Amino acid sequence: MTNAAAASPERFERFEGTSGYIASRSLVDAVNCALALERPLLVKGEPGTGKTLLAHHVAEGLSMEMDSWHIKSTSKAEDGLYVYDTVQRLNDARFGDGDVKDIRSYIRLGPLGRVFSAEERQVLLIDEIDKADLEFPNDILRELDEMQFTVLETGDEVVAKKRPMVIITSNNEKELPDAFLRRCVFHFIDFPDLEQMRQIVDVHHPQVEKKLLEQVLVKFYWLRDQKELRKRPSTSELIDWITALLRAGADPSQLEAEIPFMGALLKNEQDTRTIGSFLDRGGKPPTSFDDLKSPGRR
Amino acid sequence: MVFLEFFYALRAAGLKSTLQEWRMLLQCLEMGLHDSKIEGFYHVARACLVKSESDFDTFDLTFAQFFEGIEGVIEIPQELLEWLANPKPFEELTEEQRAALQNLDIDELMEMYQERLKEQTERHDGGGKWIGTGGRSPFGHGGEHPTGLRVGGPGGGRSAMKVAEDRQFSDYRTDVALDTRNVKLALRRLRQLTRTDGPEELDIDETVDKTCREAGEIELVFRPKKKNDVRLLLLLDVGGTMDPYFEPVSRLLSAFFEERGLRDFKAFYFHNCVYERVFESGRLLRSESMMTADLLRTYGERWKLMIVGDAAMHPSELNSARGNINPRMETDTSGHAWLDRLARHFDRSVWLNPDRPVEWAMSSTCRQVSTMFPMYHLSVQGIEEGVKGLVGARPAMVRPVMAPGSSQL
Repeated sequence: MTNAAAASPERFERFEGTSGYIASRSLVDAVNCALALERPLLVKGEPGTGKTLLAHHVAEGLSMEMDSWHIKSTSKAEDGLYVYDTVQRLNDARFGDGDVKDIRSYIRLGPLGRVFSAEERQVLLIDEIDKADLEFPNDILRELDEMQFTVLETGDEVVAKKRPMVIITSNNEKELPDAFLRRCVFHFIDFPDLEQMRQIVDVHHPQVEKKLLEQVLVKFYWLRDQKELRKRPSTSELIDWITALLRAGADPSQLEAEIPFMGALLKNEQDTRTIGSFLDRGGKPPTSFDDLKSPGRR
Repeated sequence: MVFLEFFYALRAAGLKSTLQEWRMLLQCLEMGLHDSKIEGFYHVARACLVKSESDFDTFDLTFAQFFEGIEGVIEIPQELLEWLANPKPFEELTEEQRAALQNLDIDELMEMYQERLKEQTERHDGGGKWIGTGGRSPFGHGGEHPTGLRVGGPGGGRSAMKVAEDRQFSDYRTDVALDTRNVKLALRRLRQLTRTDGPEELDIDETVDKTCREAGEIELVFRPKKKNDVRLLLLLDVGGTMDPYFEPVSRLLSAFFEERGLRDFKAFYFHNCVYERVFESGRLLRSESMMTADLLRTYGERWKLMIVGDAAMHPSELNSARGNINPRMETDTSGHAWLDRLARHFDRSVWLNPDRPVEWAMSSTCRQVSTMFPMYHLSVQGIEEGVKGLVGARPAMVRPVMAPGSSQL
């Protein structure tokens, strides 16, 4: 094992959450495992449960710089290391601009390259790794493990000065290879229960009136209980919805009778129709938690 | 090290945790990350050893068992599971029995089931108590598999189990949950890329090559884009015994309709078995139908055939002339003959069965059908395997489902 941590079980700075991000105990523990082991943290969870946000708040909580690498279906592993801009060089060679002889001026470091060369330990967010090609995770395996790579064109070694804290998010679109998983610390962000949800809302909207919040949460968890929905509303949608309600000055009695601004919660046309027709048929969403089958459960 | 036993217990429970991950955990413990608390140990161990939320449930169970948190939680379902995993074939029901079965409503069935569960202390095969385990009754599904039965009958049985065990992550367990996105991912393998005519793209290798040969004068070379050449014909069994599977089947269907990568896609419906006609909608109207013989003429052997059905019917519905359950559509050709024609006509075909694989062998018609078509389970994994069978290397032979107890291959 080449890990520095294995050799020296020295104290390290622990992450304890930030005031702007409510993290469960298990999430905090997982973050600290990754920090201590200097291994990537793989975070999965329903969309809108704050996977990407986590990286920002880990950086904030530990006062580190953060860099991000947003993965697309066309992303290649090499893009994260460096890009050799041949076209620019060809162009310069033809039209006589720039120093064509120095290849180094045509090498641009990617996000991995940048955090490796940073003087201080940084947080690197590799967002939505499952968007890329199936082979992608395997291609960055060695670089993440050894935290170094070679620029082929120049023979330069890029070695991490301080091993970065790598946070990888996945939406489960593709299975990740076992070899990759073995090297990661894993955390699944479970959907917040009622208590956590109150805390989360409180962070974003501390001024919400208690009665209104009760109605909001009852409606929200009721919607999430509806099995017919294709896309259940998530935390980020709840926050947006409350913003909309506050701006419009909605009061609890209004919420007891109907669900205003449903578009903030349901993003799927079919889902809107399903709930819409339920309400049109005279269906009444519950007004208290006692009417819910499983309040606060997923 | 006491905990080493825990590691082996996890592996015995089916987790693929490796030594490398175990060492990660030990490092964390050395550094005191668990704060010397069982809760902390649970979090740290899970973060290091388990890499998928679908394994959390297994981890929870093993953890609870090993550290004696929840005693005896899995005892009853485990036994039950074993009895049900090796079912004996049971006799065909008489018409009266069948009628009686249908007259029970779900609540009654559930009640009966719960009573049985309490009473039953040993294995029963073939007796009256086993009515409903042939894959036709909703509760058969509900009881026998406490965790992964989203596909099966109504959820009544499941919620009871769930409350009893209170294992938070059992929802994420196994791959039974078919959502359209999962299915689409599985279908993504349905690709055979060929370059035919069409819009062109820049061929970089060829451009570099040409440019070099032209002594640096840039020469752009274009070629047709790669296109998917797969044409898929889907035949769906609807109604009757397929009703409980409405959800997964409709998800599969919508995944197909949303899948734009296929060169061509066509779906037809049938009831129980394919006879002389296939139908354009699930309503099975004669006015919206096509003669199966025309289907064979219209869709060439290069089309990939995918049939979705439980293949469970009365033997005469498959084998007899005039076997069609709809008397107005009886003909002299048996369903078996029609299926055989389909299987022979198409180069590649697969059968997706929504029933659980352990149930397949219990139906004689299902065994027969499986000799004609390679059969896969209608789950994400099954669809993936089936799709591989459609576009990948040709499977050596159709491996039929064997009757329980028969050992010949």
